This record gives sequence, C-alpha cells and structure tokens, in this order.
Amino acid sequence: MNIIVCLKQVPDTDSQIKVAPDGNSIVTDDVKWVMNPYDEFGVEEALQIKEKMGGEVTVIGLGPKRVTESIRTALAMGADKGILINDPALENSDALATGRALAAAIKGLDYDLIFTGQRGVDDDMGLVGATLAEFLDIPQLSIIVKAEISEDGKSVKVNRAVEGQTLVIESSLPAVITTQKGLNEPRYASLPGIMKAKKKPLEEKTLADLGLDPSQVGEGARKLKIMELTPPPQRETGKIIEGETPEEKAAELVRLLHEEAKLI
Amino acid sequence: MAKETLFKGGEFLLKDALPEEVFTPEDFSKEQRLIAQSAEEFGVGEVASRREELEDLNPELVRDLLKKAGDLGFLGVDMPEIFEGSELDKISSALVNEFISQGVSGFSVAYAVQTGIGSLPIVLFGTPEQKKRYLPKLATGEMIGAYALTEPEHGSDALGAKTTAVLSEDGKHYILNGQKQFITNAGFADLFLTYAQIDGTQFTSFIVERDWDGVSVDEEEKKMGVHGTSTRPVIYQDVKVPVENVLGEIGRGHVVALNTLNVGRYKLGAIAVGSCKLLIAEAVKYAKTRIQFGKPICEFGLIKHKIAEMVVKTYVVESMVYRTAGLLGLALEGIDPAKEDAGHKTGEAIRKYALECSINKIFGSEVMDFVADECVQLMGGYGYIQDNPIESAYRDSRINRIWEGTNEINRLLIVDTLMKAALKGELPLLEEIKKVTGELLSLRPGMAEEEGVLAKEKNMVAMSKKIGLLSAGAAAQKYMEKLGGQQEIVALIADIIIEIFSMESALLRTLKKVEKEGEDSSQIQLAATCVYVNDSFAKVDLLARQIFAAISEGEELRTQLMALKKLARHTPINTIALRREIAESIIPVARYHLTKV
Repeated sequence: MNIIVCLKQVPDTDSQIKVAPDGNSIVTDDVKWVMNPYDEFGVEEALQIKEKMGGEVTVIGLGPKRVTESIRTALAMGADKGILINDPALENSDALATGRALAAAIKGLDYDLIFTGQRGVDDDMGLVGATLAEFLDIPQLSIIVKAEISEDGKSVKVNRAVEGQTLVIESSLPAVITTQKGLNEPRYASLPGIMKAKKKPLEEKTLADLGLDPSQVGEGARKLKIMELTPPPQRETGKIIEGETPEEKAAELVRLLHEEAKLI
Repeated sequence: MAKETLFKGGEFLLKDALPEEVFTPEDFSKEQRLIAQSAEEFGVGEVASRREELEDLNPELVRDLLKKAGDLGFLGVDMPEIFEGSELDKISSALVNEFISQGVSGFSVAYAVQTGIGSLPIVLFGTPEQKKRYLPKLATGEMIGAYALTEPEHGSDALGAKTTAVLSEDGKHYILNGQKQFITNAGFADLFLTYAQIDGTQFTSFIVERDWDGVSVDEEEKKMGVHGTSTRPVIYQDVKVPVENVLGEIGRGHVVALNTLNVGRYKLGAIAVGSCKLLIAEAVKYAKTRIQFGKPICEFGLIKHKIAEMVVKTYVVESMVYRTAGLLGLALEGIDPAKEDAGHKTGEAIRKYALECSINKIFGSEVMDFVADECVQLMGGYGYIQDNPIESAYRDSRINRIWEGTNEINRLLIVDTLMKAALKGELPLLEEIKKVTGELLSLRPGMAEEEGVLAKEKNMVAMSKKIGLLSAGAAAQKYMEKLGGQQEIVALIADIIIEIFSMESALLRTLKKVEKEGEDSSQIQLAATCVYVNDSFAKVDLLARQIFAAISEGEELRTQLMALKKLARHTPINTIALRREIAESIIPVARYHLTKV
C-alpha cells in the first residue's frame, strides 16, 4: 500500500500573530513554523497502515524552502520519501491552485491512498482535500476519525463524527482522506529516526517540473481574495460588582445586564 | 574564511579567537534543530503535561518516562551506536539536555543522572564486556543508573572515601563495605557506579548491581527542593563484586570520577539554559498581566530592568555552553566510537577542557539561581506561594551550586587546572604573564577609540585578559607553589577567568551573527552584549584590585594599581537605556527570543 501525505507548514499555535502593514497578511519574522497538526494525524495514520500492510509513505509539501523542515520531521517520524513543490510563482496561491499543484505532483506517482489534514490551523479554509480529490478525480472522505483498510487493500471504511452520531462510509481506493483530531496520537520523531531521515530522498520540484503554467497559480489566479485581516478585539477589563449582600449584588447584576448590556 | 578552530583548554585567556572560530547557536544545523524540536515535543507532551504528578516522588512514573525517552533514543545520546546508543554530536546532546525536561525537576534530575554520571563511567571506562552488558539496557531505560561517590564524611573530599574493597581469597570478588550518602535515583536505580579503597589506599571504581546480596538503601532524604527525585543513602554490607566489575584501572578511580564529572558539568550549563528560558517566559507573562497602579507592571522601569537582566545573562550562558560544546565536539573528532579505546580517548580529550567545563557549571548554576530568584521577586507574594511553579523552581535551582562539585571546589579547580597546564608546558601562561608585566611601563591607556561593531567591548575583553594575567601572575609570583593555600585569592582569580570566558563567548557570538546576518536583525543581541561586557568589565577591575590589595603593599601596590587603572579605563555607556530596549523587545513575544531553534 503506497500512501501519500500532503502537509502544510503553519505558524505554531503558540506564536504571537501580528497583521502586516498591508492589512491582509501576517508578519512572519518571529513566527515559529511547524507541521499543521491535522496533517500530523495523516502522517501517523499512513505510518500505521504501512507498518501493518507494507508499502511506502511519501510526504508532499508546498511552499518555500523552510517547508523542508516539516517534511524532514515527517521523514524522521518514519515516512520514506519527501517532495517539496517550491516555486516563487506559487506565493499567495489559494486552495484551488494548491490542489492543482499537489495533484500535478501526485499524478505520476503510484499511490493507493492520500491523507491530508481536514484544514490548516492558520487560515482554516479546509478546501485543499476537496480540490485535490477533484483534480485527481477520486473520492474524498472528509473529517475522518477512524480509517480501516480492507484486507485486499482495495477499499477503505471510515468514520466521521456527526452531531453525536457516527457516520460510517465505505469507498474504493485510491481516495483522499482528510484527517480530524481523534484519528490517532501522532508519534514523536525518535533520534535514530532523525538520523535516518538525513539520508532519505527529498526531491524539489518547480512548476515547470509539474507541467504547470505560472498563470494557473499564485496571486493572479486566486478565486478567493483576502480582503482584510483584523486581530480579535482586545478584551475589555471586567467589572466587579460591588454590594454588601449577595442579594444586592444579584440585583445590580440584573440591572447591568438589562440596562447596559441589554441582554435581558 | 576561518573555520571553527580547536583551541586548547584555557587558551582563550592567552589568545583572541575570531568570531568564525567559535560555534554559536546561530550555527545549529537542520538536524540539530530537528533534534531540539523533537526533545522539546517530548518534554512538553510527556513531561510538562505531568508536572503536578512529578512534583512529589513518583518512581513508577519517572521510570515509565525514562523508558519512553529511551524508546525514542534520548537516553543514549552520548552512547555509541554499537551499544544501542544514539551517538549524537556534542551540540545535539546539549540541545537535548536543554529542551527535554521543560523545567520539571522530577524528570530532569533522573534524566541527567541516567544519561550522565549514571552511565558515562561505563561509556568512558568500561571494558567491551561491561559495555555490552550494561549500555544497551541503560540506553533503553530497562536499567536505571546511579552514581554513588559521596559518603557521609566525604563530600568535596571524595577521593578520601572510606568504603573498603577487599579481594576475596579465591581472587574472584572484591568484598565491599561502607556507606554512600545523597545518592540520586537510589530509590529505583538498578545499578550503582561506585567507589571504594582497595587496601585502604587504592581508590577504585566499581559497577554494583542493586539486587546483589548486601546492597541496600536507607530512607528517602527530605530535601529543600527537587522533591520529585529520589535521594537515599546506599549501604554495602559484605557485597561480593565480581572482579570483572572493576571499572577502569585499580587505584585510578579518581580518573573515572573526575572525567565523568567534567561532562556532567558542561551539561549542567545546558540544563540551566533551558530552565532560564522557561522562567523568563513565565516572568514576562506575569508582568504583562499583573496590573498595579493602573498599568501592567512590565511597563515599570525596575521590572524592565529585571527582565532585561534575565535575558542578558541567559544569552551569555547560552553562548558559553554552545561554544564549549563546539570545542568538545572538535576535540572528539577522529575518535571512532566503535573502537575499544574510544572511551579512554574521549575522557582524555574532554579532560583537557576541565577548566571550561567548570566555568559552565559555575556560571550556569549561578545564572539559573539568579533568574529563579528574580522571577520570585518579580511575582512578589504570588512567587512565594507553593502552588506557583516558580516557588519550586526557586528551591530546585539551589542544588545546582552544590552538586557535581560545589561551585567553590570548581573555582579552585579552574586555577589549579590552569597552573598545572602552565607547569606542564601545555599553555605558555608564564611567558604571557611576563610579556604583560613587561609591557606595563610602556602601556598606554587602553580604550583607544576603535571603530566598528562592538569595538569598545572587544577592547574591554582584551584588557580583561591582561588584567587577569597581571593579577594571576602577581599572585603566583608571591605564593609560588603555595598559591593553592590562598583560597580566597584563588577564587578571585577564578572569578576573573569566568568573567573573561563569559564576556568573550557573548561577544564572539554576537560578532559572528552580525557578520552573517547584519546589524539590523542583531540589535537586541548587540544590546545584551554591551550591557554584559560593560558590567563585567567593572567587576574584573574590582576583583583585580582586591587581589593586589591582598598580596602587595606600599610602592609595589601603587605601581600595580596604576597599571590596573590604565588597563581598566573606560567610559561607561547608558546600560539603562539598553536594558529598556531589551525588555521592550521581549515583552510583546513573552518568551526568550534571542535564539531561533
């Protein structure tokens, strides 16, 4: 079973995010970049399936050179090969262009299954899985918390959590599965894993290598435009309600909720 | 361009290294960064998440965590691959120590013992059979190691230990009798790397297994800090130790003991860096949210001063630790870990840097104590309350000035090592002292206003070296081989040496960064270096004055003080403004931000 995992590099969720002067991007100087946590579930699931059924896990990332660090992390966890799609023209691509480029890189490969996170924790679009499946013309199983491959390796049965219920879906392979928290507990990269990762192949591809035209990707090809980024409003300081007795405080609270907050 | 260069131990006092010649945290390779990240992820996910459970001793959990760390290769960082180790380079191994424990002493101490003094004696001095038998189990965490050197009546004077070893009549065993004290990990260790006197005079190292007859441990000690660790006396009563378990050569236990401690000492510096960074983050977060007089306290000058001081000193320890790790790495190049003599060669190579290892230990533990103390102070009453992790960090930190050789013993060692190297002809110390003394009369005031980045600071470091040589030389001339008897003076000399190494490490690191990345992105590093070097230079001046005043009088003293005045001349800079700049840069990000890992 050959598995592909598509991963995105995102700012660490601990990072302090500042909006850049242009108003629709963020300042990246002090950002610590990490593998998108949802994609980590994909890497782990792929490795577990490989350990059971054999085969190879290939990790594909898209973005500038720094993305190789996240690919190396996946290789250190146990993936076999890495591909970085790196082309200046790809900058500011939307999900459609990202899916197009990933599909172009995957098309020539021998694969049975593709994992990617159900969304990136940076912009929360949640579209790449769908666009990728569309470009490859294969089924997409989204927001999955459990995946079982059939013994013959021809189909997959997956679970999606919906409103307290579980939806069980079966699909033929190959397919795209977008991964959700709960699917597994991603492993840590071990030191021997890190040392071995040094020697694993990591290929870099440009748009030309993928047979794509720069006009199909990047800022110019965006179907979705980010109009503005605004930080969440500063939390206002709380108010401590004064009063001698609980009754007095309760009365004051009700008055404030009614008159000032106008909630009741 | 010059490459990283292997300097001799202590050579920094006599020779100015170029920035390119030292290793700095800006030189971490991709793999080293990945290793650091992996250690950090393990630390955050497995260790820090269980901080409360590790607050008090929880042997099952500690063993379990060590096992997990072993599965990922973290216990074997300094062990050869052929014995199941991960065989990391020294930079990576320091990074793992910095990041893996996340300030949780219940884990960090057990980890440091397991990967350091609790296994290194075998790595360095074990026979192939001993290595094969014990290292794989220590690397996986199947066996837990401990280091049993100290005795109730022999702490700093460890080599005078009273535990005895007597060869059995059939010549197959040594019979051990005695008691060891304050043994870390003793409650759950499987292996004691211990020491005893054969025939009352031959201090020798042994590997003792926990479940052998006659080995027992006493009650847990009630300690000031590190409550999540096990510390017990270990008692040997007619313990039959097979002769194959003699570690190293008979009568050469001191070689095993001291070489192992050298490694432990520089690693303690790395652990200090990790702890300081975490404490800084806590302090800044608190200062941003604590409102007094209508504004967050981080906006007050004295709080900014504290934050900046923590950052500056942490930057300096970090610069020193990785410079030293780089040196050790170079010193170990060419040693094949798979070869039988690799351990001996490694121990011998590291021994040559005993002086640097001691500086790392002293400076690291004292900065860690300073940062923990200021963190408590910054949090006021809340810092003094037991539910606040800062309160335990403050108590935990204190032990580091005591173990692995007290900071006092290490200060004596610094000067002792230097003098021995000079006498053996390994370092041209005496020649350099003569040169500086000869220059005295013709000496023009220092501080020729040089142009360029950190030019003044570079000059201050150079002058500090001259001051160090001058004062050490004068003391050595007066007391000759009896200098060791003047402990107070020796410690003053050691302090000057520590200041020189710390100043220079920060200076070279910042210069290297500026050369590579430019001044604009190095503003805070430049400010930190200026603040540190300016303060440190004033300290060197005072230390030297104390030395001269103690050893000379009359005309001689006047001449010495005049020379010192020339060397120590400098115009003070506005360190208040620089500290504000440093503090204001870290407050928005709320974490130590001078290194990208």
